[in-house]
Amino acid sequence: MLISLRQICKVYHMEEVDVPALQEVSTDIAAGEFVAIMGHSGSGKSTLLNLLGCLDRPDSGTYLLDGHEVDRLDSDALAGIRNRKIGFVFQNFNLLPRTTALENVELPLYYGAKLSSAERHERARALLIRLGLKDRLGHHPGQLSGGQQQRVAIARALVNQPPLILADEPTGNLDSRSADDIMALFQELNREGITIVMVTHEPDIARFAKRVIQMKDGKIV
Amino acid sequence: MTGIITLKIAMRALIRNKARSLLTALGIIIGIAAVIAVVAVGQGASVTMRSQINSMGNNLLLIFPGSQKTGGFHGGAGTQQTLTAEDGEAILRECPFVQAMTPLVRTGAQCIYRENDWGTSVQGVDVSYQEVRGWDVASGSFFTDSDVRSASRVCVIGKTVAEQLFQGEDPVNQSIRIKNMPFRVMGVMTSKGSAAWGQDQDDTIIAPWTTVRRVLQNSAFNNVNQLMFSLVSMDILPQAKEEISQILRQRHRLNVSTDNDFTLTDMTEVTKMITQVSSLMTMLLTIIASISLVVGGIGIMNIMLVAVSERTREIGLRLAIGARRRDILMQFLAEAVALSGAGGLMGIALGVSVANIIARINHWPVMVSPGAVLIALTFSAGVGIFFGFYPAWRAARLNPIESLRRE
Ligand SMILES: Nc1ncnc2c1ncn2[C@@H]1O[C@H](COP(=O)(O)OP(=O)(O)OP(=O)(O)O)[C@@H](O)[C@H]1O
Ligand SMILES: [Mg+2]
Repeated sequence: MLISLRQICKVYHMEEVDVPALQEVSTDIAAGEFVAIMGHSGSGKSTLLNLLGCLDRPDSGTYLLDGHEVDRLDSDALAGIRNRKIGFVFQNFNLLPRTTALENVELPLYYGAKLSSAERHERARALLIRLGLKDRLGHHPGQLSGGQQQRVAIARALVNQPPLILADEPTGNLDSRSADDIMALFQELNREGITIVMVTHEPDIARFAKRVIQMKDGKIV
Repeated sequence: MTGIITLKIAMRALIRNKARSLLTALGIIIGIAAVIAVVAVGQGASVTMRSQINSMGNNLLLIFPGSQKTGGFHGGAGTQQTLTAEDGEAILRECPFVQAMTPLVRTGAQCIYRENDWGTSVQGVDVSYQEVRGWDVASGSFFTDSDVRSASRVCVIGKTVAEQLFQGEDPVNQSIRIKNMPFRVMGVMTSKGSAAWGQDQDDTIIAPWTTVRRVLQNSAFNNVNQLMFSLVSMDILPQAKEEISQILRQRHRLNVSTDNDFTLTDMTEVTKMITQVSSLMTMLLTIIASISLVVGGIGIMNIMLVAVSERTREIGLRLAIGARRRDILMQFLAEAVALSGAGGLMGIALGVSVANIIARINHWPVMVSPGAVLIALTFSAGVGIFFGFYPAWRAARLNPIESLRRE
């Protein structure tokens, strides 16, 4: 199993009330899966994805990623795992403004892999070319369409060759054509062996996944 | 991330906001420029003053009539009858530390050559004045011992007087009128330039002291304004002062309970005073410069806090893709240091140019010490680290999920 969750609980403490965002969530995701997480707004999808991405820790329960009990690791070790094992794709792309596509894709290489600047360039360039952005290497995010920006973001997620891609509503800001392109790309990456976990509202998008996890009120149903 | 890459990325971030970076660095630029300029100007000035003091004479020791308590330094001609040329000769004879001696009487006089006239000071001295002051004639010759003995109406003139009266003509062996009495010009002195207090040392006429006393001041007494000594070395200054005091006290028949009726002055006191004044100036301006550096540092802190809040989403993203907290800390610290360091470099450039301009105006040597430059650079980098730390620490403490959600 690439991912193994056991009785994960997460509670947000607001001023007066406690919001239970995840309640005893247990599930397994094998390497090579393409999973869509669906559910109503506020059902805990993003909370779950952030936990999977080691951006947050559960209040209780255990999380095994690739056999390691990551809820025990310190923040530097978690940063290392995010760098090497996980690629994030966001709804709003989160590219650095006024920074070229190439430099955006190179960014994860600065934290971790000891590469020369030529090697960094080459890896980022190769990925962008593969994702059809050969003529956009020097463009800033502001000079790119939404679909192109998301492809730059996906290239950034892939640049450290992680086994797992986590995407929170990756098509939420895209028109249906670009959304289908991105999904086709995800399927292609999945065929190459990359595990993908994706949050989405839209059944049309969830169709592209091999398995759907439904969430309701912080639980998997 | 290596240090060089971190700094490079920091520089790039600063260049993206050129105007803002420059304005922020201005406090540092001014502070550092002030430090560099002040130190350079101060050193140039004190070197110049020291060489001017040396130009006063060789191992100079001066005696004025009147005690320090009652009469101050300059007892004034005629008010004190206590110091005579014979005192000077006795000291020269009896004190082995004294190499040369000249009495000095001073008067002001109007001088005329043909239709040119010029008001200047006339110094009455002995032949050994040349040796005491280390001052030679440039053309012609100095007057002789027999001129002094016979109180001849001869003189040598300073370069300024030569220019004013003769305007290009050769003054040697010409006759000028001093206080309406004819004097023969025997020579022209070399140029000494201005003294430490700015007075033109070349604006003077030098005549036998006997002539000045008898002829110009119309006096039969041998009391003088000053005795000037050249000591064999500055090392024996305290002994020399002690011995000379004893000789003078004996000659003036002062009993143990009476204060000296003369004052010994040497240049070490003047040098000390100049050093004190210049170190006070340096201290004052250093304080101003430090305040400017602190203000500049606060400016950097302010702008870095703004940058952290503007780039919260960037910080969240960097954390998500694997940056450790210390990477974020270093990134923002590097930006603050790059900002203050670049400000420091520009400040050094500005300070050096200002020092050059001031030095040129005042004809001082330019004295930009590598030490001061090094200290300035260290200080500016230090300001960056000190004032950049809090913003960088705030950045490193951010929660990645909340930062990523920030619009
Ligand atoms: N930082 C937070 N502080 C307090 N409550 C939070 C916080 N983040 C999420 N919650 C709450 O936790 C619950 C789950 O939130 P989550 O963001 O996981 O939902 P979601 O399924 O992603 O919803 P959406 O589809 O709208 O993105 C919600 O009730 C939300 O209000
Ligand atoms: Mg969500």
